Amino acid sequence: MGEELKVIVFALGSEEYGIEVDKVRTIERLSPITRVPKTASFIKGVINLRGVVVPVIDLRGRFGLTETSATENSRIIVVAVADLEVGFIVDSANDVIDINTDSIDSPPEIVGGIKAKYLRGIAKFGEGRLLIMLNLSEVLNKDEIIQLEQLEV
Amino acid sequence: MDMNAYLSMFIDESNDHLQSLNENLLRLETEPEDLTIVQNIFRSAHTLKGMSATMGFEDLASLTHEMENVLDLVRNNKLKMDSFIFDVLFKGLDALEAMVQDIVGGGTGKADVTSIVASLQTIMKSDYKAGAAPAAPAPAAAANADALPRTLLLDEFQYSVLKQSIEAGHHVYHIQVALMESCMLKAARAYMVFDLLERQGEIVKSDPSVQDLEQEKFDRFFTIFVISETEGESLQKQITDISEIESASVTLLDEESLMMLEAAAAAGLPQTAAAAAAEESSAAKEQTAATAAPASASKERASSPVSGGGVARTIRVDIERLDTLMNLFSELLIDRVRLEQLASEIKRSDLLETVEHMSRVSSDLQNIVLKLRMVPVDTVFNRFPRMIRDLSKSLDKKIELIITGADTELDRTVIDEIGDPLVHLLRNSVDHGIETTSERIAAGKPETGTIHLRAFHSGNHVFIEVEEDGKGINREKVLATAIKKGIVTQDQAGTLTDQEINMLIFAPGFSTADKISDISGRGVGLDVVRTKITSLGGNVTIDSAQGKGTKFSVQLPLTLSIISAMLIKLGSEKYAIPLSSIVETAIIRKEQILNVHGNKMVEFRNAVIPLVSLSKVLDSPDYNEQDEDETEIVVVRKGDKWAAIMIDDFIGQSEIVLKSLGGYLKNINAISGATILGDGYVALIIDTNALIK
Repeated sequence: MGEELKVIVFALGSEEYGIEVDKVRTIERLSPITRVPKTASFIKGVINLRGVVVPVIDLRGRFGLTETSATENSRIIVVAVADLEVGFIVDSANDVIDINTDSIDSPPEIVGGIKAKYLRGIAKFGEGRLLIMLNLSEVLNKDEIIQLEQLEV
Repeated sequence: MDMNAYLSMFIDESNDHLQSLNENLLRLETEPEDLTIVQNIFRSAHTLKGMSATMGFEDLASLTHEMENVLDLVRNNKLKMDSFIFDVLFKGLDALEAMVQDIVGGGTGKADVTSIVASLQTIMKSDYKAGAAPAAPAPAAAANADALPRTLLLDEFQYSVLKQSIEAGHHVYHIQVALMESCMLKAARAYMVFDLLERQGEIVKSDPSVQDLEQEKFDRFFTIFVISETEGESLQKQITDISEIESASVTLLDEESLMMLEAAAAAGLPQTAAAAAAEESSAAKEQTAATAAPASASKERASSPVSGGGVARTIRVDIERLDTLMNLFSELLIDRVRLEQLASEIKRSDLLETVEHMSRVSSDLQNIVLKLRMVPVDTVFNRFPRMIRDLSKSLDKKIELIITGADTELDRTVIDEIGDPLVHLLRNSVDHGIETTSERIAAGKPETGTIHLRAFHSGNHVFIEVEEDGKGINREKVLATAIKKGIVTQDQAGTLTDQEINMLIFAPGFSTADKISDISGRGVGLDVVRTKITSLGGNVTIDSAQGKGTKFSVQLPLTLSIISAMLIKLGSEKYAIPLSSIVETAIIRKEQILNVHGNKMVEFRNAVIPLVSLSKVLDSPDYNEQDEDETEIVVVRKGDKWAAIMIDDFIGQSEIVLKSLGGYLKNINAISGATILGDGYVALIIDTNALIK
């Protein structure tokens, strides 16, 4: 019997994604972002989160999806993994649900254009809804960013 | 009892005591005759032993105990310090430090110290043979003692000490202390009594022995013989003032009563049983100083107000809490700026007044918060005397380290980082700077080399200087090595100034040492030093005169958290440039820009300096200086190189709070950090050093 997991649900396009609640520090409306030069294009810059400077990345850009302009529903989800604190720009974030770890299946090779290594698995919940669980430490993997930067240069 | 609650206190205090042991031992090495230093060492060791025994760190306690035994002999003039004893004691200290570190790391503080203990015991034993001699000059007393019925309570030596003290007119007290039945920390209470008595005089004997008392191997009673100048009544009052002491009876002894007591003990009155057990272990612990006792007792009293009364009242605060305070305060600072803006827009006089008052209070608060984070450089310096001592021993050079300005204060973050670079510089001075004793004599210099370590404030900076009177930098050799290693070309070499040649020793991969020693000379030291110091926002320079010595001068910013900066605009974006690196601001016309080998340069104060386009470096999305006829420039400096940076517009000078960009955005070219402006926006801080090639 698996454990119950509280998950924040957010959307990128038509897909729904999940991040464990205990990794999420706060969810904010979009605030002015200061551009940081000479960084990967998906790094949008830094924001002032109550006196702390937090880098913000566009999750669409990170996953290689097409970036869209911000809407009224856009949110910044600030996650804390190990010693890193990073904000994700997502299309919307509006739900917290309980899922059972047993209901998470390992992901197929590619889901919605996202490589499997960024994913922890796929969970079924509600009536036929699928939730893509993110593997945060891989999403925030710095070595890969360095490689990406080198490619761009 | 939950020991964990006391563990952090134990660690802090142990470190303090270890440090004071280190310092005092070093002082003693220079003045081996000064018994007050031995007293201080002894007291630190004793406290450390007591604490570790109470906390259950047996190995720590037993090693301290052995060291204490040796020190005891020294302070009682039964043993002369020599270099062997110093070495063993220092080794013991190292072992103690290692154990405390182990405890800090969550370990049990256990360590194999048998070899050190064995050396300590050898010292003890050889002393006992030698120790017979100083005892001999008191044949009368000894003979007297021999004539008396031998008892188990006091041994011969202790008896003669007491007897002589009485004859010499000192007060000898026999004190019986009873603890309350409910007493929880018997060892601690006993220790407090001992501590009290040691401050007032000399404890000659305790029953049960000190070890047994510390390990709580006693019921509720213990007996002490003490030589003191204090009145009996006052002693009794002070002892009973200690909490959980049920009663204390203080009896002044004269020769007769001393004898009576002995006789009574021999006859088998209550004390005897316990005394029998204590007797064997007390051999090492006895405090004998027949002649030294009055002298050291009075000296001790003279020194105790200094060590006891002069200590500033402090509390220990977790550094994280200070960081939080700092963070919260900087948020307040941002709101303050915002409020000031709003108030000036609204223009209501009572609002303006309130905001002004708040500004004043908050700038006072800013000073205090910054001061809270300041730590005397002594916390870094204090480990150096020991290091220099060990280094000079291993290199067989005679070196004196003179520290001045150890109370100069620096921000905690700088302090944490500056230790290693200074170690490198000092090691370098010892190894490459100071000559060997024979070389020094041949050069007509004093046999002992001197290293000055100075710290002082100047403006917004703190300077730390390492100066030695050694052989100085051999510029020809430096130049030859630099050419050989490809650091400079033959052509360049001719044009270098003395100062520039000196600075070559900071180049990566540079080392002129003929042979590689384990102290320095692998060429990894000095360039790391410079990198570290520059990363702290500081600067290092060298003055050297061949044959006379070398001076390294390290310039450091007072604090890393709040700096003055010039805010500038680049189109829609705002950036901050640290004021410390700005030489001047100016406006230039397009015609003034020169083209030299395809690089843009500008004439400035009779020199031609490179012109840097900030908009290009930072990929500015909406500003290009080429669209303008006149461009604002900021002239910045890195060492003695200058450059002009083209910007859009100046906003003004401001105190800014440095913020890191976080772990995710590291090492971004030309950006050293961020700050939050009055309007809540984040502005990036430009690292001008990266703009000057």
